[in-house]
Amino acid sequence: MSGAPSTITAKEASGLAARLRDPRVRGAVFQALVALGFVALVLFIANNTAANLAALGVSTGFDFLNQPAGFDISFSLISFEPTDTHMRVFTVGMINTLFVAALGIPAAMVLGLAMGILRLSPNWLVKRLVGIYIEIVRNVPLLLQIFFWQAVIWTLPPVRDSIALGNAVFLNKRALYLPKPAFEDGAGLVLLVAIVAIGLAFLAARWRRGRRAETGRAPYPWLVPALLMGLPLVAILAMGVPWTWEIPEAGRFNFSGGLQVPDTLVALWLGLVVYTAAFIAEIVRAGIQSVSKGQREAALASGLTQGQTMNLIILPQAVRVIVPPTTSQFLNLTKNSSLAVFIGYPDIVAVFAGTSLNQTGQAIEIIALSMLFYLVVSLSISLLMNWYNRATALVER
Amino acid sequence: MSDVQTYAPGTHPDLPPPPNEVGVLAWLRQNLFSNWVNAGLTLASLALIIVIVPPLLSWFVFDAVFSGENRQACEGAGGACWAVVTARWNQFFYGLYPSDQTWRLNVVFVGLLLAVTPWLAPQAPFRRALVWFSLAYPFLAYWLLAGGLSLEPVHTGAWGGFTLTLVIGVTGIAASLPLGILLALGRQSSLPVVSMLCVAFIETVRGVPLIMFLFMASNMLNLFLPQGVQFDLLLRALIAVTLFSSAYMAEVVRGGLQAISSGQYEAAQAMGLTYWQSMRHIILPQALRTVIPGIVNNFIALFKDTSLVAIIGLFDLLNMAKAIVTDADWQGLSIEVYVFAGIVYWIVCFSMSRYSLWLEGSLDAENKDAA
Repeated sequence: MSGAPSTITAKEASGLAARLRDPRVRGAVFQALVALGFVALVLFIANNTAANLAALGVSTGFDFLNQPAGFDISFSLISFEPTDTHMRVFTVGMINTLFVAALGIPAAMVLGLAMGILRLSPNWLVKRLVGIYIEIVRNVPLLLQIFFWQAVIWTLPPVRDSIALGNAVFLNKRALYLPKPAFEDGAGLVLLVAIVAIGLAFLAARWRRGRRAETGRAPYPWLVPALLMGLPLVAILAMGVPWTWEIPEAGRFNFSGGLQVPDTLVALWLGLVVYTAAFIAEIVRAGIQSVSKGQREAALASGLTQGQTMNLIILPQAVRVIVPPTTSQFLNLTKNSSLAVFIGYPDIVAVFAGTSLNQTGQAIEIIALSMLFYLVVSLSISLLMNWYNRATALVER
Repeated sequence: MSDVQTYAPGTHPDLPPPPNEVGVLAWLRQNLFSNWVNAGLTLASLALIIVIVPPLLSWFVFDAVFSGENRQACEGAGGACWAVVTARWNQFFYGLYPSDQTWRLNVVFVGLLLAVTPWLAPQAPFRRALVWFSLAYPFLAYWLLAGGLSLEPVHTGAWGGFTLTLVIGVTGIAASLPLGILLALGRQSSLPVVSMLCVAFIETVRGVPLIMFLFMASNMLNLFLPQGVQFDLLLRALIAVTLFSSAYMAEVVRGGLQAISSGQYEAAQAMGLTYWQSMRHIILPQALRTVIPGIVNNFIALFKDTSLVAIIGLFDLLNMAKAIVTDADWQGLSIEVYVFAGIVYWIVCFSMSRYSLWLEGSLDAENKDAA
């Protein structure tokens, strides 16, 4: 490799060798080579795959999606029969993955936020205890923790001696049984009112923020909670409470009725929440510590209480640091829910990339579809986060 | 009032400070009982400790059984049955490796410690010799593990337990760092084709869980190869883990590259250094140094992720633990087995994170000295 500046020699000399020293020419040649190499690799793989598939006698294409699956799925939010198609399996898998993510993300956020704040508590004992929790959980594989939680659930009593909470909630080594609401006419209207109430509360909160910025005082502090809780409550009462609770009943061998949450979902959920919360706690701690000490001191000197300082001064500034890495933790939780396959919770990897793949042998199509699902989820969360980042970014003067 | 002593101004000996301003009492007041909320938290934590720690200790140690042939040895004991760990120690660490050959694995372990020394502690004595050794180590370790050349050959299917976890983890770490650096440089490159390919690779990999790649490796990788060429299961897992981790590594390194001020790039160019020279001598040493914590975090994540190779049928530490749980002699001891496996993982990962903290501290100190 010559150390001589290439542009000078390119100007002075002529000929092919010199032209190759021009950084632009060089870049173009290098890129052409890379592109060529990439295309060659893709062709090589495609060629080999076609030959291998032909030798195995596997037909390609997405026709298999319309064939009946022929197996049952142990837990599904929508109805599923073994006669349903692989397309239905795909749908059930996606819903189950999104379901455990939707249950896990808020819980991990709440636990992580609490742990992050406690980690910075002036209380020595609390600080140490939270530190121990974080250091244990972060340094052990998630899969092992999920196995551990499942082993713990298996030490619970068998179905006959279920732990009962007020004769409505039952817990045993097989599942958690919760009362299930059975909706009647008018429930849809209540839902509609609730959605409208959330919208109105959002607008009201915005109006109050505007007033506070203008006048220093936000009027009607009861307005937002009243809208949020009052309107749906009125609707529920007006409709005469349009649902009944279906309470699980102990049968001879198992419970019937109610909502059955299988042990696998409980173990997966516990594992994901406890694990992700430890990471979120560290993010929250770093975010709070990133706010300069002067801000806190100035706030206290202005006469704000400890709580006001946290809520009005520290957290709003820390949130900008906290949100982006926390979003990627939410994404991690969603991706980590794929560990369900190890304990038998029927998520997309377990039922579609697992059972469907084994039954049909359509590896390429099934893995491509499953990857597409995860990519769409990641991409939509990233877009949402970028939008949020722009909305909350510090406007520099 | 004759016993009242009088002092001339300024001659009174200093009084001791009030007892609750110094010593244990003051520490308690400041750290545990500074206000009502704090006192409540302290009492709640103490209650938690009292409820959890004594039963845990007696389960772990006092009521535990440490040796025995099978689970009958533990019957009647109220605590953990560690007998399963002592009885299956070899499986936990060596997998199904032939028991008369396990000395080879011990040599591999000791060799690994020697091979990483020059990289972890640059001040170590005999550094030059150790660097040569660590360059030769991969071949030596492969020879010892796989056999051949006068050693009894052992098929990769028999590699298992902690050995396999270490093989996957160390290979993944050693291969994904250089690959990640290349990907990061590619992503930051001014050549659009290169950067587009790198961005596409990095973002695809980061959007999809590792399990999908392991599925791909076990179901599809051999379809991609020419007919008749088959990759070994372990090799496929290594490829999947390395490629997966390199995408995350690339993002960490990119953070470091972006943190370098553009003056450094310009100065390197003005000195007449070529692209690779300026990267090697100017940019990368600074960039990598700033992102050491992130890199080590990725190492830890990779080491933990090796546990997922169970999905394609490899018997790493966790899968070996799972197999022991289902063993007829030791059925029902899942908690003990998983806790033990967890402790092994924890020791490795925690040491890595402590090392990264120490390194960060010593680099900070170096920077302060230089300033």
